[in-house]
Amino acid sequence: MSPEASRPYAPGTRVRIIDLKKPGHVRTPTYVREKVGTIDCFCGAFENPEERAYGRVGVGRIPLYRVRVMQRDLWTDYDGSDNDSLVLEVYHHWLQPA
Amino acid sequence: MSSDHDHDHSHDHGHDHGQGPHPTREDDDLALSYGEAKFLALKGLLIEKGVITADEIRRRHEVNELGTPHQGARMVAKAWVDPGFKARVLKDAKAAAIELGIEVTEAELMAIENTPTCHNIIVCTLCSCYPRSLLGEPPAWYVSKAYRSRAVREPRKVLREFGLRFPEGVEVRVHDSNADLRYVVLPMRPPGTEAASEAELAALVSRDCLVGTALPGRNPA
Repeated sequence: MSPEASRPYAPGTRVRIIDLKKPGHVRTPTYVREKVGTIDCFCGAFENPEERAYGRVGVGRIPLYRVRVMQRDLWTDYDGSDNDSLVLEVYHHWLQPA
Repeated sequence: MSSDHDHDHSHDHGHDHGQGPHPTREDDDLALSYGEAKFLALKGLLIEKGVITADEIRRRHEVNELGTPHQGARMVAKAWVDPGFKARVLKDAKAAAIELGIEVTEAELMAIENTPTCHNIIVCTLCSCYPRSLLGEPPAWYVSKAYRSRAVREPRKVLREFGLRFPEGVEVRVHDSNADLRYVVLPMRPPGTEAASEAELAALVSRDCLVGTALPGRNPA
């Protein structure tokens, strides 16, 4: 994978974390699905845990990002500051431009 | 025993432990749970078939036990006194740990810096991901469902229960360690520690400081 293809989302890009409704060993928690956030950084390319968990090792690597979501966008009744946020790791195929 | 041994009870009570039942702790030879039985069966099969040896398992346990919060505290103290090292910690914490002879076996380790305007707290909502090779086994509360669900939903309330309060102007930033990276918090150096040695500084950094639920050198309120 070329460096350009491995990091199509630049830091600061607004992204939506989509809901693939995929069963099994997925690492995208339900509480962030369909929420919009911002790319914080590119973490590198990693083997897909959705494959690796079932013994399919070495089938390729996919980009992983840290995505920052404001707490007010996660929980409508959030008790805290407007500046509070959450950062989590999301694989490329769970993201769409927002 | 102190030299002013002036307690006033007599010394004529029996020391042969012959009076009354000795307090006992219940033996742990209870029936195995399904998971324990499955684990032992699998381990036995792997050894029997020569896939892995008992000695390799023992050595792996020994490696696992090298992790301790003090290793994280050493990294923090060094970062406080050495700006070059701090820059390397923030760039690649795993490589920086290796500089100190700390063998981090996790794929990636990221240090998250607390600042006057942002306090960071780590959680793994999906399981109990934790930088074990650096810090050892996580505390029981870290793996509890209560912490894992509440830290992302009401982090300020959780922090208050740990004795930490932050004004509105300070962002509380939660890091969900949900995939491939592992995290350690780089706390701020407490004021008034300018004269402290690196070892004295490390002693101020507790395990919870490295998860973001405590501040260095400060007892819970």
